[in-house]
Parts: sequence; structure tokens; C-alpha cells
Amino acid sequence: MRRRSLLRRTRRRRERDDGGFRLGTALFALLVLLVVAAIGFELFRNSTLPIRKFGWNFWRTSDWDPVSGEFGALPFIWGTVYSSVFAIVFATPIALGIAIFVSEISANRFRRPLAFLTELLAAIPSIVYGVWGIFVLVPIVRKFETLVSKTPLHRLPIFAGPPYGIGMLSAGLILTIMVVPFISSVSREVLRAVPLTQREAAYALGATRWEAIKVALRCGRTGIFGAIILGFGRAFGETMAVTMVIGNNPQASLSLFAPQYSMAAVIANEFSEATGDLYLQALTEIGLVLFVITLVINVLSRVLIWSTGRAPKRRIEPASAAAAAPEAA
Amino acid sequence: MSSRAGAEAPSSAKRRRIVSRMMTAACAAAVVLALVPLAFVLFYILSKGLTALNWNFFTKLPKPVGETGGGMANAIVGTIKLIFIASAIAVPVGMLAGIHVAEYKGTPLASSVRFAADVLNGIPSIVVGIFAYGLVVLPMRRFSAIAGGVALAIMMIPIITRSTEELINLVPQSLREGGLALGASRARVTFTIILPAALPGILTGILVALARIAGETAPLLFTALNNQFWSPRLDQPTASLTVQIYTYALSPYDDWHRQAWAGALVLVALVFVFSVLARVVTRRLERMNVG
Repeated sequence: MRRRSLLRRTRRRRERDDGGFRLGTALFALLVLLVVAAIGFELFRNSTLPIRKFGWNFWRTSDWDPVSGEFGALPFIWGTVYSSVFAIVFATPIALGIAIFVSEISANRFRRPLAFLTELLAAIPSIVYGVWGIFVLVPIVRKFETLVSKTPLHRLPIFAGPPYGIGMLSAGLILTIMVVPFISSVSREVLRAVPLTQREAAYALGATRWEAIKVALRCGRTGIFGAIILGFGRAFGETMAVTMVIGNNPQASLSLFAPQYSMAAVIANEFSEATGDLYLQALTEIGLVLFVITLVINVLSRVLIWSTGRAPKRRIEPASAAAAAPEAA
Repeated sequence: MSSRAGAEAPSSAKRRRIVSRMMTAACAAAVVLALVPLAFVLFYILSKGLTALNWNFFTKLPKPVGETGGGMANAIVGTIKLIFIASAIAVPVGMLAGIHVAEYKGTPLASSVRFAADVLNGIPSIVVGIFAYGLVVLPMRRFSAIAGGVALAIMMIPIITRSTEELINLVPQSLREGGLALGASRARVTFTIILPAALPGILTGILVALARIAGETAPLLFTALNNQFWSPRLDQPTASLTVQIYTYALSPYDDWHRQAWAGALVLVALVFVFSVLARVVTRRLERMNVG
């Protein structure tokens, strides 16, 4: 009789423990969810003034004059999109080359060091890229721009204007360097998820190495696409390095030589000095849009990357497990 | 690998082989192309930073405009302080959230939290700064170390959550079953068996998170702000290495530029120490699992 009650008591305690454990950890898990929601809500709540006052015109006009209360964010959007697209165009082939080289071509013992070196690029803080950018990269870019401005290329709208060095070209180049490691490391993961049997089948049909790689690339194409979009998202929100070299001039221009501005840069520069609610809220609204866009980009790219991570396994279950083993090392 | 397929004309096989070689070379070139800026950046940080670095940098306060000399002692201490505040918030929250996601995977809450953590990880740090401004600076009515710490904590949480979850998943299921078979509660099994087994790996995640936030500037610009003096209190504006580098690099003074380089070197050293530590821990873990 005593033993049974003891058993019952311990079991009841266990159940209470389990419930408490589940609830307790769930609260913290909920907190993570809440933070994301709260960021969106706070940004929205704190940008109602400009949303009411300007509506869509906020995004269609380019007068940014805090003194007279005119706020048009078009130059910042332009600068952000322009620099990010520039970075993605140049970073994608380089990053894919690295991913292919590390996961498909290089000898096994070089894989780790190579992956480590490219990830070192991602570990360097943005501010350090900025310091390097203004003192080293910008003078080089200025020299290049001076050279170009003496050639007929200068007549093209993208090479127009005086050679400042500081401007869209410097910002785009620095973003390219910063985005490469992101795209390459995610693409590498995607390529690793493509089963070895795919390449073996290609080789068995007499394919060359490049043709086999192309098969693997095709298998992982949604994931690689996701990696590129993820890199785009990074470039979109990158702040310090861009702020330091883009020139901070709210003028949308097609010229790579022109000093321009980006959404993140204007927040970094003006937020702590913004006087008046409307000014502060206008900057917050820019932050809100930055948040929404990166949110969409992130969700989209995760879905794409996850879908390749799982899809091949479902299709070719039995062979892939054994074949993937040597590659995992 | 060589493709002497009978059905192909020999010239086509040759062409395909050449294309293959060229593309292989192009991929190798891409690696070189990425390593050049890395070498370039590291070279300049080392050469410019080392010449500017001296003892004063670590021990002296910044000098007023116009006077040369001085250091960033307050900024170094400030960065350490911010890291501590951020860790104090993010480590428990991140770990417990990670535990939940790993222990109750498949529930709607767990999957959405995993997703939210990934999304949070991708939100630009400047946006997190605005959020912390509204959350802490506005109610407190002043810039403070706490506000900066909260902003950095928000950036740490998703990294810690995800790594905790992954590491717990790596612990062999048999350990858990053994504990449960002995009649222990889930909480007890997790905290006394699973967590100790996963702890070195979770430490890696924490180190990675630290490496990431140590170099953050944007969220501090309008939360911790900056301070040219010591700031013993947590509810005061606090200097940080990154914000100090930013102000110095954009200033017109040569002496400040040199100090910005020195700051960059110290910052990169700090970040690398965290990254290398993380790597060492991972390596040791892998060896343990193999053995």
C-alpha cells in the first residue's frame, strides 16, 4: 500500500515537472517569436506620422529636407537597390566558383582550409571593411575613375561625373567582397546536399568533370537561387561599410562615380541627430521598409534552400545514404 | 573522367574536355579572386594597425580634438561591458528557447520559433537598433549601455537558439531513453544528461554569437551612443570600440585615423579569438564523437 502511493506520488511529480518544463521553455521560445513580431509592430507604430502625411509619396519623391519637413525616400531606395544589384551581379559568379571548387574540385584535405579562409571574409566586421574602404579602396577607385574619365567611356551615363572615389562604385565593390562568403557558404551546403549518385550517373554516361558539376548544379538550382537571394538580403541591410564609402548624397543617379545614399546609411547617419517627431518617424519608416523587405527575402530564400535540402533525399533514398558517407568526411 | 565515348566524334570529346578544364580553372580563379581582397584587408589592418598600436591605446582615455595621443581604454572596457550585458540576456533566453525547439520538435510552436530565429538572424542590425531605441532608450529617456546590450542580445539570441537546438539533436537518443527509463522527468533528463553532453557544442554557438556582436556598430549608434570618458554606470551612454573607430575614421585628423586602424586591428583580433576558440571546441567535439 505504501509502495503504491510512493509510485503514484513520484509519477505525479514527474508529470508536474514535465508540464512545468514544457511551459517554462515554451515561454522563452515564444519570446523569440515575439521579438520578431515586436520589431515589426514597433517600427510600424513609430512611423504612423509620415505614413499618414505622405502616404506613397514618401517613396516616390526625392526631396529630403528635414528643415522644411519634406521627406522623400526615393534616393535611398535607389541607392540601396543599385548597390545591392551591383554586388549580386559580381559576387554570384565568384561565390559559385568558390562553392564549386571547394565542394567538387579541390582535394579533400584542402576543403577545410579553403572553407575557413572564405568564411574569414565573413567574420571581418563591417566597420573594419569601412575603415579599409575609405583609406585603401577609395583611393584606388579614384585612380581608376580618373583613368576612365580620360577615355570616351566617360560619355556613358554610368561613368559620368567627376572622379571622387567615394560613391556608388566603392560601395558596390565593398558589398561584393562582403556578400561573396555568404553566397558561397550556403551554395556549398546546397551542393553537399545533392547526392553523390547524381554525379556518378553523369560520369557513367561519359560526362566530363564540368558536365557532372553541371548536373549537380541543376539538382541544387533552387537552393543556389535561395543562396543568391540571401546574399541580396545581406547586401540590402549592410550598413557601416556602405555608409562610410557611398558618399551620403541623397541624389539618385545612374552614374557609378556619383556619391549616393542608401536606406541603412541614412538611418545610421541621421537617427541620433534627428530633431522632431516627423523626422525621426520618417527614418523609422525607412527602417520599417528595410525590415519588411529583408523579412520577405529571408523567408523566400529559406524556403528555397530548405526545399533542395530535402527534395533529393526523398527521391533517391536507398543509395544516397551510403554514397554520401565518404563525402561527409 | 576523360571522355573517350565511342558514340562521340573525337573532336567533340576534345572540345568537351577543354571546356571542362577551362571551367575548372575558372572556379580556381574565383577562389583566388576572393582571397586577394582577404589578403589585402588583413595586410593593411596588420601593417597600419601595428604601427599605430601602443600601450597608451589600451590605457588612456581619448584626448580632446587637437591634442595628439590618448587611447581607447574606455571604448575597450565599454565593448566588454556591452558584450556582458548582451550575453547575460541572450544566453539563457537563447538556450532555453533552443531546448524547447529541440525537445518538442514538430509542434507548431517549435517549428515557427526555428523559422523566426532564422529570420531574426537575417534582419539588418540597424533595424534592431531602431527597435532597441524604441524599447529602451525612449522609456529611459537616455542612451545607455543597457540599450546597447539589449540590441546586441537580440542579435545573439537566434544564433544561440539554433546552435543549442542542433547540438541537442546530435546527442544520441539512447542517452535520453536511458534517463527516461530510470524514471527521471523530462526536465531532469534534459538538464542533467542531455545538456551537459551538448554543452561544449552550445559553447561554440555562444562564441560564434560573440564574434558576431563584438564587431557590430550600427545597432550601437543610437542605443549606447558614445562617450569620451569612463562610464561606470549602466544607464549612461557608453563608448564602444566599433563606434569609436567609426567616429575616428571619419574625422579629419591623421592621428585619429591612425588610432582607427589600431582599433580595427584590436577588433579583428578580438573577433578572431572568438572564432578560433569556437573552431577549437568544434574540432575537439568531433574527435570525441569519432573516438
